[in-house]
Amino acid sequence: MAEFWDIYLLPALIIIGQILLIVVPLLVAVAYLTLYERKVMAVMQLRKGPNVVGPFGLLQPLADGAKLFFKETVVPTGANKVLFLLAPMVTFILSLIAWAVIPFDEGWVLADINVGGLYLFAISSLGVYGIIVAGWASNSRYPFLGALRSAAQMVSYEVSIGFVIVTVLLCAGTLNLSGIVESQKGDLGLLNWWFVPLFPMFIIFFISILAETNRHPFDLPEAEAELVAGYQTEYSSMAFALFFLGEYANMILMSGICTVLFLGGWLPPADWAIFTWIPGIIWFGVKIAILLFVFIWVRATLPRYRYDQLMRLGWKVFLPFSLLWVVVTAGFLVYFDMVPA
Amino acid sequence: MSFIDKQARSLLLAEIVTGLATTFRYMFKTKATINYPYEKGPLSPRFRGEHVLRRYPNGEERCIACKLCEAACPALAITIEAEPREDGSRRTTRYDIDMTKCIYCGFCQEACPVDAIVEGPNFEFATETREELFYDKEKLLANGDRWEQEIAQNLVAEAPYR
Repeated sequence: MAEFWDIYLLPALIIIGQILLIVVPLLVAVAYLTLYERKVMAVMQLRKGPNVVGPFGLLQPLADGAKLFFKETVVPTGANKVLFLLAPMVTFILSLIAWAVIPFDEGWVLADINVGGLYLFAISSLGVYGIIVAGWASNSRYPFLGALRSAAQMVSYEVSIGFVIVTVLLCAGTLNLSGIVESQKGDLGLLNWWFVPLFPMFIIFFISILAETNRHPFDLPEAEAELVAGYQTEYSSMAFALFFLGEYANMILMSGICTVLFLGGWLPPADWAIFTWIPGIIWFGVKIAILLFVFIWVRATLPRYRYDQLMRLGWKVFLPFSLLWVVVTAGFLVYFDMVPA
Repeated sequence: MSFIDKQARSLLLAEIVTGLATTFRYMFKTKATINYPYEKGPLSPRFRGEHVLRRYPNGEERCIACKLCEAACPALAITIEAEPREDGSRRTTRYDIDMTKCIYCGFCQEACPVDAIVEGPNFEFATETREELFYDKEKLLANGDRWEQEIAQNLVAEAPYR
């Protein structure tokens, strides 16, 4: 019995504890990301934003959550009930499980696997299933069109994201995410991070994750002017909330990936005493918050792309450019004998 | 040359960066919104809000039941019935305004020879039921007592233009 406890039960309990330690703060972060977004957008549009519920509107996310929770879940008559209810869960769960390989600090990672990069890539590709299943199961025109668009868009941008990740992997010489962060350590502090030598890739990656998470200016799947609410049209209550949470969790996840790949993960921007006193997880959080600010900033600035423009940008600009850059980077590394061991 | 210039601009995302800079600058400007239920914007003295029936300073109601407002009302929102009072003066027995019909055009206050019916500065009279918006004489006189000060000021301010 003691053996069973030591070998199976205790590790399992520890893992569950660790998962909760990741998921609970993540969900709180998602809730407050909605407030963050509304506040930042408001400030940029000369408004005040939510400020009535609690001090500075800090209880607004809880009020929104409670409202959604007590609403009725409407399942359309023509919908495929099982898939209709499964789709939001898939989206939500997929946005959470990717966090397993994200390093929050040195050694603070749930699963320190050596194919972390591939794992992330696989999970983010699966994300499209939630959306396309939602669109199909709703058995309604707008959701269906939204889902088709979304699928096409995510698949297109996945390709250039893949090439961008490949360039970083070439430079870092590892697929382990902690290893990628370690490879950005150096005497120059923030100039050692990959966004400096790979700046064009950093920009392409950021624009691609905007498209990948269906954010402005690429929010065509839910373009409300054309498609009501896209694949979410028929959803209400908690099913809608799960989509919403999944979408925002995805934003945070993609910012996290971007931080790990390009912005040095948990590393402080310089090796000065004041910076190194601050724990790595704070630096990680700050970098994510800055990227999320840019997400919202872009939303407050740019109008929506037209669908053909979106596709053209993905296939005719980003794909050749990132492919070229992979070749250039690889050639550079080989020619100057800088290939990491 | 202009071709290279154009391509360089689009490659460096010049327009997008300019746009982002603009929105960033706007973050530090003063807010256009006010904190509405706690702060309120200025109202013109000509503002046409909720109706009131006014009284003379001695407490006598001004309305003499001439029914000019009823005749002027384009939405047929005003209903008046009148008969002589014991002291022989003409007074209304019924003065109803259906606030759901009213279009707040202000013709009633223009028609009134004694400044009895006036549209006051109050615009926050939303109710939970429709019935509460069928105002009777009592309600209108009560409104008049409540808003007399503001309305008197507004009438003085508007006097030169009438």
